[in-house]
Amino acid sequence: MSELSPITVEIKGISKQFVLRHTRSIKEALIWFLKGRKGDLSAKFHALQDVSLDIRQGETVALLGFNGSGKSTLLKHISGVMTPDEGTVRTRGRVAGLIEVGAGFHPDLSGRDNVYLNAAILGMSETQIKERFDSIVEFAEIGEFIDTEVRFYSSGMYLRLAFSVAVHSDPEVFLVDEILAVGDEPFQRKCLEKIQELSDAGQTLVVVSHDLDLVQRVCSRGILLEHGRVLKDGPSHEVVEFLRSRSKR
Amino acid sequence: MTSLLDTPLVRPGIGQGLKDVFHRRYLLKLLVRKEIKLRYRGSVLGVIWSYVKPAIQFVVFYIAMGVFLGLNRNVGNYAVYLFSGIVLINFFTEALNNAAKSIVYNSGLIKKIFLPRELFPVASVFVSAAHFFPQLVVLLIGCLLTGWQPTPLGVLAGFAGFLVLAMLSVGLGLFFSSVNVYFRDSENFVEMMLMVATWVSPVMYQWTMVHERLGDFWFAVYQANPVTVGVELFHYAFWSTTSGGDAALAAPPQLFELWLPVALVVSAAVLALGQFTFRRLEVKFAQEL
Repeated sequence: MSELSPITVEIKGISKQFVLRHTRSIKEALIWFLKGRKGDLSAKFHALQDVSLDIRQGETVALLGFNGSGKSTLLKHISGVMTPDEGTVRTRGRVAGLIEVGAGFHPDLSGRDNVYLNAAILGMSETQIKERFDSIVEFAEIGEFIDTEVRFYSSGMYLRLAFSVAVHSDPEVFLVDEILAVGDEPFQRKCLEKIQELSDAGQTLVVVSHDLDLVQRVCSRGILLEHGRVLKDGPSHEVVEFLRSRSKR
Repeated sequence: MTSLLDTPLVRPGIGQGLKDVFHRRYLLKLLVRKEIKLRYRGSVLGVIWSYVKPAIQFVVFYIAMGVFLGLNRNVGNYAVYLFSGIVLINFFTEALNNAAKSIVYNSGLIKKIFLPRELFPVASVFVSAAHFFPQLVVLLIGCLLTGWQPTPLGVLAGFAGFLVLAMLSVGLGLFFSSVNVYFRDSENFVEMMLMVATWVSPVMYQWTMVHERLGDFWFAVYQANPVTVGVELFHYAFWSTTSGGDAALAAPPQLFELWLPVALVVSAAVLALGQFTFRRLEVKFAQEL
C-alpha cells in the first residue's frame, strides 16, 4: 500500500482501563460510600495502554496476540462499540463487519427477515438491501431455506448467511473477529477470495484471528499486541514468525 | 475511491442521540416489526389475541364493576370510564417496562456492533403503541355501543393524551434503561413506580374526589403529573359524551388551557433529562453489560 493512500483508521495514544466491578446493587454501593469509600469496590486492569497506529485505505491488517492481549478490545474501539479513556480513535467512512457470527440474528425469524434486519444493523439502506438481497442469498448458498426459521439452520448455514450479509454491507473499513476459522474448506476459500476482492477494490480490512496460517494468507500487515501494548508492527509473515518464536520459549 | 479523502475522519461511537434514531428509521421499523412478529409466534389465533383479551376485559368491567358493584350509579357508564383510562395506562406500563429492560436485553448486540443505542428503548415504545391499537379499537366499539359522539376537541384530546404519555415513556425509558446497565435495581424501581401510577391518576376514581380531600394546592400538584392529565384527556375524548349528563366530571377546569401545556412541558423536560442521562452513561455500556 502506498503511503499516500488516505488514512482510514487513526489511533492516537489510546488507553483503556476496565473496572472489574464486584457489586451490582445500589445497596452495596451505598454502604461502600458511607464507609468513606474505603477498600476495593472494584479492581482495575489495563486492557490497552498507549496504543497508536495508522491504517491506510486498502490495507489488510491482522491483530495478533495471545488471549487477553487486547486484540478484540482494540477492534471494538475501531468499531465504536467502546470509546477510549485516553487518546482518540478516528475513522473515515463507514465501519462495519462481522464481530461475532450471528450477532443480531434472531433464531425465531426466517433467514429472509434476518438478512434484512442484520443488513440494516450493519448500516445498509432499504434500497441497498433490496438490490443486494439475491446476491446475498446466492453467496451464502442458502437457496430454498431462506424462508425457514434460522434456528433450524446448521451452524455452517448460519455462518454463511451472516458472513454473506457482512461482506455485502460494503463498508470502507471491514472488521472481522475470529470467524474465518469456522466453515468448511470450500466456503472458507470463497470467503478469502471475496475478502481479497474487497481489498483490491480499496476496502480496508482489520482481522482478529488465532489462525496464523490463514492470517499470513489474507493479511499483508501484522500487529502484535501483548498486555495491551503494541509489541511489533510489520509485514504479517515477520510478525507471525516472531509470535511463533515467542510462544516456543 | 478518490472520494474517500473528502469524507472526514470522525470519532466512532459518538452518536447524536435521538436524531440518529430518526436517521436510522428503517432499522427502527425492522426492530419494531421483529418484536411484533415474535410476540405471537407459534400461536394459531395470532394477532386476534390482541383483540380478544381487551374485549373480555371490557365485558368483565361492564358486568362486574358497572352492574354488580353498582359503580354506574356514581359514574355514568363506568365501564367506558374505567377502560379508557386503563388502555392508556396499559400502554404506558408496557412501554416503560420494556424500554427500561431494553438495553440489558439487547446486550448481545450492543457489545458487538455499534448502532445508536437509543433505538432500543424507542423501539419498545413503538411496539407498545402497536399493542395499544387493538385496545383502542375495542374501546371505540364500547364507546359506540354506549352512544359516543366524536367531537373535534375530543379527537384532539385523544391524540394529545397519547402524545404526552409516549413522550414520557421515551424519556423515562431512556433514563431507566441506561441506569439499569449499572444498577439492575432500576427495573424493579420501574415496576413499583408503574404500580403506583395506576393509583395516582384518576383511573378507578374521579378527579373530584381528590380535589375535595386535598384542596387547591395539592390538587395542582396532583395535576402536574402528566399521566393524570393523559388519563383525563382520554376521559374527555371517549367517555364524556357517553356519560349521560355528568360530563363535567370528565375533566377539571382549564384542562386544555393550562394542564395540557403543563403536561407537555413536563414530558418534554423528562425527555430531555432522559436523553442527557442516556448519553452520559452510554459510552460505557459495552464494558458494563
